[in-house]
Amino acid sequence: MANFTRGFIGRGKATRDERLPPGQYDARDDWPVLNAEATPSIDTATWTFAIEGEVDQPRTWTWDEIHSLAASTYAGDIHCVTTWSKLGVTFSGVSVDTLLDLAPPSASATHVMAFSSTGYSTNLPLDDVRGGKAWVVWEYEGAPLPVAHGGPARLLVPHLYFWKSAKWVAGLRLMDHDEPGFWEQNGYHDRGDPWLEQRYQGD
Amino acid sequence: MPDPAPVPRPWQTATVVATRPETARARTIRLALDGPSGHLAGQHYVVRLTAPDGYTASRSYSVASPPDDSNEIELTIERLEDGEVSTFLHDDLEVGDTIEVRGPIGGFFVWRADTPALLVGGGSGLVPLMAMLRLARGPARGDRSDLVRLVTSVRSPDDLLYAAELEGHEVTTVFTRQAPPDDRRGAGRIAAADLASALLPDATAFVCGSAGFADHVTGLLRNLEVPVERIRVERFGPSA
Repeated sequence: MANFTRGFIGRGKATRDERLPPGQYDARDDWPVLNAEATPSIDTATWTFAIEGEVDQPRTWTWDEIHSLAASTYAGDIHCVTTWSKLGVTFSGVSVDTLLDLAPPSASATHVMAFSSTGYSTNLPLDDVRGGKAWVVWEYEGAPLPVAHGGPARLLVPHLYFWKSAKWVAGLRLMDHDEPGFWEQNGYHDRGDPWLEQRYQGD
Repeated sequence: MPDPAPVPRPWQTATVVATRPETARARTIRLALDGPSGHLAGQHYVVRLTAPDGYTASRSYSVASPPDDSNEIELTIERLEDGEVSTFLHDDLEVGDTIEVRGPIGGFFVWRADTPALLVGGGSGLVPLMAMLRLARGPARGDRSDLVRLVTSVRSPDDLLYAAELEGHEVTTVFTRQAPPDDRRGAGRIAAADLASALLPDATAFVCGSAGFADHVTGLLRNLEVPVERIRVERFGPSA
């Protein structure tokens, strides 16, 4: 049961927004940058995005090719496991549904490993990246996505903690099983639903 | 890929056994846990505060004390004026109080005192690096201070955490705004020369500080031809 902290009232709650999942605070105008690796420099002239693994036919898109697909925008909230959230943000790019329509998963596919050009990876159930839940995005609030935030393009899976939204994403590898990605090997949860506070393995 | 870190243990109640000011804006709290911490140098704990109505607020804080066999850890907390957790930990928390903690957490930004390391900290980014420096100085692993160099960057002498422990030959302190009168380097942003003289062969760099600091230092290290895979970064605070 709750273990009250002597003297703690919590001044954040007076203005607490119901869009905030438990344990999260509103970062407002801040957008903290958290990544374990050095920020890379990625040239869009050589950038590619791949869908591979358990698919009928692997596909790779160049920067120009992915921009020629139907554009899609997410407007809503994002939640980082380090307890900040940003409310009412807008990202634009392409829906992962559009990409999977062009490179359909095999019947055996159950999970994906998102991978980045930095070597970063994160695992997700396939159903968490389709059905209008995930994007590859290159714009934030109408401007190019800053490199510190994963530009030129990152994965966006806003209904899960933000480490699942791999920065500098280079592709999705479809898998017929689950396996842990970078942070998941380091004790973080395999799914990461902020509303269930699935922060660490075992939550 | 580093060795997987152990799964953090469930929330536990920790008792404050001591506190001490480090600077006007930073305070160290020593917590007694219900068993040995088992943390590695560089890992952090999450602190959770709970109000009478059940409202909770949680923040992550790096462990400043080195790995040892004790049941106690030290967290150093910088006071952020608009931070509801850090202001509580500074203004209200007293010895004897209990708070909930969870950890240790983090498996990438850790150093096990077995490879050469360059530690580069900006401001309170020094905290996890201090656990590494303290580990290197023993006694848990013996004296491994030949393996480690620390470059710490702060605005002025008044902002320097753990000043009494930063006298050793393995430590370089860079003052960005105001240097002591006898500091031959003078005040100025951390530069390649500050890092080059501290860069041991084959060292892995551990960089901790604000996003702007981390990016600046990463750029300097890349110019010194430190491979990307030997640069580990922990950022905090708002982005520029």
